[in-house]
Amino acid sequence: MTLICTETYSKQEPASLETYLTLEGYQAWQKILNNKISKSEIINQIKESGLRGKGGAGFLTGLKWSFIPISDEQKYLVCNSDESEPGTCKDRDILRYNPHAIIEGMLIASYAIGASVAYNYLRGEFLDEQWKVFNKALEEAYQKGYVGNNILSTGLTINIFPVLGAGAYIVGEETAMLEAIEGKRGMPRIKPPFPAIKGLFAKPTIINNTETLATVPKIILKGAEWYKSLGINNGEGVKIFCMSGSVQKPNNFEVPLGTPFSNLLEMSGGVSNNSKLKAVIPGGSSVPVVKGELMLDTNMDYDSILKANSMLGSGGVIVMDETICMVKVLQRISRFYYGESCGQCTPCREGTGWLYKILTNIIDGNGTINDLHELERIAGLIEGHCICALGDAAALPVKSFLNNFWDEFEYYIDNKKSMVVG
Amino acid sequence: MNDINNNFFNNETCSMIENIKKKFPEDRKKSSIIESLLILQKNNNGYLTKDIITSLAKYLKVEEIDVYEVATFYSMFNTKPVGINTISVCTNVSCMLRNADNILNHIENKLGIKVGETTKDQKFFLKDEIECLAACNGAPMMQVNHKNYENLTIEKVDKILEEFE
Repeated sequence: MTLICTETYSKQEPASLETYLTLEGYQAWQKILNNKISKSEIINQIKESGLRGKGGAGFLTGLKWSFIPISDEQKYLVCNSDESEPGTCKDRDILRYNPHAIIEGMLIASYAIGASVAYNYLRGEFLDEQWKVFNKALEEAYQKGYVGNNILSTGLTINIFPVLGAGAYIVGEETAMLEAIEGKRGMPRIKPPFPAIKGLFAKPTIINNTETLATVPKIILKGAEWYKSLGINNGEGVKIFCMSGSVQKPNNFEVPLGTPFSNLLEMSGGVSNNSKLKAVIPGGSSVPVVKGELMLDTNMDYDSILKANSMLGSGGVIVMDETICMVKVLQRISRFYYGESCGQCTPCREGTGWLYKILTNIIDGNGTINDLHELERIAGLIEGHCICALGDAAALPVKSFLNNFWDEFEYYIDNKKSMVVG
Repeated sequence: MNDINNNFFNNETCSMIENIKKKFPEDRKKSSIIESLLILQKNNNGYLTKDIITSLAKYLKVEEIDVYEVATFYSMFNTKPVGINTISVCTNVSCMLRNADNILNHIENKLGIKVGETTKDQKFFLKDEIECLAACNGAPMMQVNHKNYENLTIEKVDKILEEFE
C-alpha cells in the first residue's frame, strides 16, 4: 500500500525533520528550485494528477490554483487546518505526525501561485499538541533555509505563519477562514468575488486543506502519472478515511480511492458489539446517511458514493450498528448545526434551531407525525438559501435520515421510545 | 499607552502580542485580536473582562467593538468567570456512538454540576461543548485544558480528574 500523508506515522520520531528527510522529504522542493521548474508546469502537473481537495468539497486542486491571476500584486496561500467536520480526525494526525509534508506542500503551492506569504490556520482546540509540533517543525524548516527570505540562496522569499483559531466550526468554510485571519467573526463571504481574485486582505488567495497540501510534494517528486495510477478513473490517488463509531478498531486509513467500503470495515476490525451494520455516514456529518447493505456494495470514491446518494466529503466515515437509534443520532447532528450556525442568514439561523427543537420534542415523547413533514419542509427551506454550505449541511442529514429510516421515526412518535433502545 | 491596564499587559505579554503582530501586514491590526485574547484569557484565570477587551483595543489601536465581537463569537472565549480547569467532553456523533453521554453524565454527577457550570471550589468548569473535537478514532474523548484524553472509561476519567484535585 502506498502511503503519502501517513508515511511517517509508523516511524520512531514521526514529526522530526530527520525522519522526513529519510523519506525523500524536501526533495520535491529542491527539485523545483534546482531545475527552476516554472509555476505553470507545477500547476499543470497537479491538474494532470487529478488531485482533488480533501477537506470536503473535492474540487480539483490544480484547477483552483490556475484561477490565480498573473500579476505582481501580493498573493496569499492559506492552509485550512481547522479540522472540525464531525467524524473527521485526519488532519490532526498529519499535523502531529507529518508536519514537514504540510510545510513542503505549502511551499510548493505558494511558489506555484506566486504567494510570498502563507498562513496555516489551526483550530484553537489544537493548541496543546498540534500547534506545538507544527511550530517546532516550522522552526526546523526555517533553520535549514527551506522557508523564509532567500530560500536556499535562490533569492526566493516565502514566509509561513501558523495562526490559531478560538473555536468555531464555520471557520472551516474558506471565506469564513479569511474573515477569522483578518481578526473578525467567522462569517462566510458572498461569492463572487472568489478568494482567488479577492481573498485574504482583499488580495488573490488560495485556500487548500491540510491533507491536500501534504499530498502535493510526493506528486511533484514522483509525477502526475504515478499519483493517478494509485487510484481509479475520476478517483485518482489516495485518501485518508477516518473510521469511527461502531467499529472494533477505529483508526485512520490512507487507501487508494475506489477501495471497497467492506475492505475499510474489515481493516477497522468489523462492526462492534457483535452487531450488524445498520448505516454509514461516509463523509462527515454534513453528508447524507447511507443504509448499511448499500454501503457494503459501495466503493470509496466520489462517483460510487454519489451513486449511493451521498458524498465522499471529508472522509470521516461514521459507522452505526443495529443498536443505534437513528432519531437520537439525527438530533445530535442537528444540535451541532444549530450551535454552529454563524447567524448571518435567516434560514440557517432560525431553521437549524427549529430542526433541533422538533427532534428534541420527538425524543421527549411529544412528537406527532406532522413533525416529520415539518422537518422535511424546514430542511427544504434552508437548503440552497444561504451564503455558505452550513445550511445545506444541516438540511441534507435530515432529509436522508427520514428517507432511509422513516419507520424508525414513526415508531418513536407512536411509542414514545426508540425502536432499538429499550 | 494611556488607559491600558498594565495588570494585563506586563512585558512578557506585550512581547508575545508583538510577535503575533509580526505575522500580519502592519495595517491589519485586527488580525492579532484572536491570538492576543487567547493569551490574555489564559493569564486571567480563563476568562475575559470588559477591562481586558478595552485595554486590548487600545493596545492594538482598534475599536472596542472589534475585540468584543471576536470575544463573543468564538466558543473558546469566556466572558464570565470560570473554574481553573476547563473540561470539554466531546458528545458529537462519533463519540456519542461510543457512550460519550455516559462519560458526561458521570462527570456531572461526580462534580455535582451540569454542563456550562463551575464547581463551588472553582476547580472545574464543565464546558457545554457542541463541536466535534477531531479525535473520533479515540472516542469517547475529552479535553482538560485543551489536552486530549482518549478512549475514556469511567475509571480512566476518575483517575484523570484526580490529577487536577
